[in-house]
Amino acid sequence: MNLKLRIWRQKNSGAKGYFQKVDAKGISPDMSFLEMLDVVNEELLAKGEEPVIFDHDCREGICGACSLVINGVAHGPERGTTTCQLHMRHFKDGQIIVIEPWRASAFPVLKDLAVDRGAFDRIIQAGGFVSVGAGGAPDGNAIPVSKNSAELAMDAAACIGCGACVAACKNASAMLFVAAKVSHLAALPQGQVERAARVERMVAQMDQEGFGNCTNQFECQAVCPKEIGVWFIAKMNKEYLKAKICQ
Amino acid sequence: MSLDAKVPLGPLAEKWDKRKFELKLVSPANKRKVDVIVVGTGLAGASAAASLAELGYNVHAFCFQDSPRRAHSIAAQGGINAAKNYQNDGDSITRLFYDTIKGGDFRAREANVYRLAQVSGNIIDQCVAQGVPFAREYGGLLANRSFGGAQVSRTFYARGQTGQQLLLGATQALERQIGLGRVAMHPRTEMLDLVVVDGHAKGIIVRDLVSGKIGAYAADAVVLATGGYANVFYLSTNAIGSNVTAIWRAHKKGAFFANPCYTQIHPTCIPVTGDHQSKLTLMSESLRNDGRIWAPKKQGDRRAPGDIPENERDYYLERKYPSFGNLAPRDISSRAAKEVCDEGRGVGQSGRGVYLDFAEAIRRLGKAVIKERYGNLFDMYQKITAENPYETPMRIYPAAHYAMGGIWVDYHLMSSLPGLFVLGEANFSDHGANRLGASALMQGLADGYFILPYTIGDYFASHKKPRPAADQAEFKQGEAEAGERVKKLLSIRGRRSPVSFHRELGRLLWEYCGMARNDRGLRKALAAIPSLREEFWKNVNVLGDGDGLNSGLERAGRVADFLEFGELLCLDALTREESCGGHFRQEHQTPEGEARRDDAKFCHVSAWEFKGVGQAPVLHKEPLAFENVSLTERSYK
Ligand code: FES
Repeated sequence: MNLKLRIWRQKNSGAKGYFQKVDAKGISPDMSFLEMLDVVNEELLAKGEEPVIFDHDCREGICGACSLVINGVAHGPERGTTTCQLHMRHFKDGQIIVIEPWRASAFPVLKDLAVDRGAFDRIIQAGGFVSVGAGGAPDGNAIPVSKNSAELAMDAAACIGCGACVAACKNASAMLFVAAKVSHLAALPQGQVERAARVERMVAQMDQEGFGNCTNQFECQAVCPKEIGVWFIAKMNKEYLKAKICQ
Repeated sequence: MSLDAKVPLGPLAEKWDKRKFELKLVSPANKRKVDVIVVGTGLAGASAAASLAELGYNVHAFCFQDSPRRAHSIAAQGGINAAKNYQNDGDSITRLFYDTIKGGDFRAREANVYRLAQVSGNIIDQCVAQGVPFAREYGGLLANRSFGGAQVSRTFYARGQTGQQLLLGATQALERQIGLGRVAMHPRTEMLDLVVVDGHAKGIIVRDLVSGKIGAYAADAVVLATGGYANVFYLSTNAIGSNVTAIWRAHKKGAFFANPCYTQIHPTCIPVTGDHQSKLTLMSESLRNDGRIWAPKKQGDRRAPGDIPENERDYYLERKYPSFGNLAPRDISSRAAKEVCDEGRGVGQSGRGVYLDFAEAIRRLGKAVIKERYGNLFDMYQKITAENPYETPMRIYPAAHYAMGGIWVDYHLMSSLPGLFVLGEANFSDHGANRLGASALMQGLADGYFILPYTIGDYFASHKKPRPAADQAEFKQGEAEAGERVKKLLSIRGRRSPVSFHRELGRLLWEYCGMARNDRGLRKALAAIPSLREEFWKNVNVLGDGDGLNSGLERAGRVADFLEFGELLCLDALTREESCGGHFRQEHQTPEGEARRDDAKFCHVSAWEFKGVGQAPVLHKEPLAFENVSLTERSYK
């Protein structure tokens, strides 16, 4: 199949960006979206033009590196799918495809389609952990965890930290990401000791990074490749309130 | 240089305790004055960096990804082994030790493997305490499954995302230390070289991938936890960025490279669909617990799988290995699939595939149970192939997956270059010639949480050399050389992309040094690689400049190192004239086509010393002494 691409190009954070028109020819429906971009990059290179920069690594939907807005939708048209797991069979021959980076002031563009998501790491640094050093942990079975709690924690912990939730939100809110981490640890007995401090610190850091507020549009849930539910946000709000009241 | 593995004397079960007592300590006040560089933030690197910082050392951690959490350990699906014997099914430290030694085809060091089994239980405790959401039974205790050919249930798991959850646990511990200011994290920073001062590893040269700036970091010791080199095959289950550069550069600076020919080809991956393929996706081998592997009995049978009657199917693993059946170890299952396809009985468009069929399991257990166990894997398969595995059998084929070989390390995980420690997949230490399922995560975390934090202190206490300054001559020279290389890559402006060289190298290696190897083929590869390398340095095309994100430049640098390393891989395979584990030499097989080891001649680690590009490396041998197990033929029949 042949496609008409409109790819965002931007030399660096400070530069002005623009859309470059590129025709992708002879694309196989079995290719992943990133493999299609590989083909485009090989052709650009052969023509003496600089290849398009985009983030990617595992290409199996788990590392959270890939991050493209495709025709206005973070990670493209398939639900519950990262860009690297999206296949070209979901597009039509001759289709125009607009490819953009995540857009949020807390995620500045580094070059072309790659952005800086360091803000997410700083939110984790603020409290997204259980403070236990190596050694000295009690036997694994000394802390029973109900199957339900373990499943709930796992549902939240499935977050891959890609940032699609932020990219999809008109307020560029990071609530779903933060809620997932807060809920993961709050669901487990191991997370209880620091429960209140964790949510307070993580939310404070989130605000400081310049992410917007949640206005319940649920766009985040719609694009989340791991289909993490917005009800985790409600759970986090409750956690936060409880922490504030107890204070 | 002699190879002293520094294995403690005394009974196997007491060696580690004895050594822990003998190791010199660094006082808390002095730890604050010691700087350590850790490169790589997968399970081994993140756990090491966090643990060293917890002890009070100053840590500089580096990764080429944009966040430590994205290191490729994250993609491990199946699980992590530990000798907890929670299931009361006869497991023990000794049994995990024995299974691992035997699984590695008796090509690993007894003392290291025993220690791994000893600390395996601590790892689970640590991860649980961190909040890793392991699967649970209804009573709240940890669930286990049997995995990858083990006859006991000792594998702990978090759905099909165990690697992800363990890595989140480890990187959260690391992030905590970053927040406390004890670790300086350098993401999007790639190590380009190692700096050696007076015979000791004392720093690294890096490129900041965003600014393109080349810089130097000095420390009291360097820890490499940079993963494996399976991407030398171009197509593998590794992440696109996984590479050999850090350990290859260390090798060129004096660290011996051990057993590079021990590569693992994983039996259950989604088959290649075409030339555009950039990576291969693994389907966790936990699927083999319930799926049955088969191929048509007839050659060139093009019927749909559902149209092939039961009596025309060959469940070849069950036929050949009745006691292990579909759970036969990875190397054996992979070779069996290759044989079936070589006989012309492969399935799918390319004929390079076999079926992994769940029809019987769905009949026996119901679709809901299968969905609960493997739902996410089935979804992933369907996304990639557009076929529904609940209705039609999966098609699978082996793919390069893991490197058992790596930098030679002693019992302290220190390489032959003092001050350079190597952890996880990047070292050679624990898996011998074949790694068992769910053992990689165990080893990475054992090295980082429970071994290095003890052994590295002994190095600091024994070698009180002042830390060099990062602007001293050795560092300046390293920066200049790295800068020259970048400039060179950018100035060639040839006609071929870095990827095209990588693909060609990968094809050569897969053909001649893949699942089956022979003298003639290996010599062919050894003749072809140097000319490909020569062409690369004349004809590679890298555009753009060095002062910003440039994925072509990054790729080119990694491919250049693969082009040197590939030669050592083939040479090692040529020199090891026996079959063992993942290394199958066609000249050395039993009449039934099984691997034939030669313990008289090859019961040793091959550790190679670098002598210059295009120069013959020197082979050093570390004899493997087995005092506690007897070497047997590894039979899974
Ligand atoms: S590249 Fe890893 S999730 Fe897409």
